[in-house]
Amino acid sequence: MVPEAAGAAGTTAGTASGTTEDAALALGDDALVLSHRLAEWAGHAPALEEEVALANLALDLLGQARTLLTMVGDEDRLAFCRQERAFRNVQLVEQPNGDFAHTIARQLYFSTYQELLWEQLAAGDGPFAPLAAKAGPETAYHRDHAVTWTLRLGDGTRLSRERMQRAVDALWRYTGELTRPVAGLAGVDWAALAAGWAERVGATLRAATLTVPEAPARAVWSAGGGRQGIHTEPFGRLLAEMQHLHRSHPGARW
Amino acid sequence: MQVTEAAQVTQGAQVTEATEAARLRAVAAAVPDPELPVIGLGDLGVLRGLRLLGAGRVEVELTPTYTGCPAVEAMAGEVRRALLAAGAAEVEVRRVLAPPWSTDDITAEGRRRLAAAGIAPPRPLGRAPVTVPLLPGPPGEEHPVRCPRCGAADTELISRFSATPCTALRRCARCAEPFDQVKER
Repeated sequence: MVPEAAGAAGTTAGTASGTTEDAALALGDDALVLSHRLAEWAGHAPALEEEVALANLALDLLGQARTLLTMVGDEDRLAFCRQERAFRNVQLVEQPNGDFAHTIARQLYFSTYQELLWEQLAAGDGPFAPLAAKAGPETAYHRDHAVTWTLRLGDGTRLSRERMQRAVDALWRYTGELTRPVAGLAGVDWAALAAGWAERVGATLRAATLTVPEAPARAVWSAGGGRQGIHTEPFGRLLAEMQHLHRSHPGARW
Repeated sequence: MQVTEAAQVTQGAQVTEATEAARLRAVAAAVPDPELPVIGLGDLGVLRGLRLLGAGRVEVELTPTYTGCPAVEAMAGEVRRALLAAGAAEVEVRRVLAPPWSTDDITAEGRRRLAAAGIAPPRPLGRAPVTVPLLPGPPGEEHPVRCPRCGAADTELISRFSATPCTALRRCARCAEPFDQVKER
């Protein structure tokens, strides 16, 4: 079991507040956890094309997670042997799929953030630049998928609009954490990222005839939240499902 | 005279080594893509390099089309098997990310083979980075995705994501056939 994966041997310089491994763990956990949530749609999506699309998004994120976690240590041990408090993902990605509108709102918020982050990292020459250049165009398609559905549901029927607005409001409190600086991630202009995120998400919601929430974008009880290992209740159940096979049969191979 | 002879021997060895590397590279390039078997890894543009390390040891560099492409491990296995069968003593396959793969890396022959198999090849990007508009607009008319079966330009997008992450699902308005398109990136 890996008690705390952060601070593994062979750390390299990141920023004053953290190492490259700290940052790789945070970004890797975001991708891993969201990938698992999206994979939960397999067999439950509203249409076959959507089933395939969600699985494709999950697959892209899993590829990012594998690349990032391998920068920290053994990917399988990190994914399957850590306790909840050792995960550094933002709380947004662990939120349950809910109805389809919740999944789409989560995708809109996260993919918009991730696309802007990859853009900045790809433009630099840091340790994440190669992955960012690779993942950026993939994430643009993720954001496009979320925007298309947000428009269709928001500017759709009375019921679809009502449910999309409910999802947008419900997940809003988890969005403030997205633009908080990640320890060990050098060369990111977080203020510009936050401004770009607000502009893009706002434009999409307005085009979808939805109301941009005015509530605080961060829950008072969760300050730094996921990046410090503080997670919400649904995360325990996600980990139980994700890890139980590996923990029940340690070392088993296909 | 001895110096010249030695130089000739070295030059001869280099030629042989270059020929051998080219022969093995052709073997690796001919390995079919596991998900789009009509196209070889060379024409797909994912075979980045092949080096002889001496004593029959070969190092191959592969780049994934997509970060999460599950076919990379199958590709690595197939390349290893093909090179061992072609006489390599030991094969190491490395995965490289930079520079990122682009659909522009698919060769003209690769595009022809895709089209012949009913898969619309990606449109050329040039060196411009892929841009996915912030809000969906009317479809671009300058470079329509043509139906690989009947050639009609009037085709519509059904889903951005098809059977593999690298393909989109479209339908032809003229012959009504659905088809996959390798989407640009």
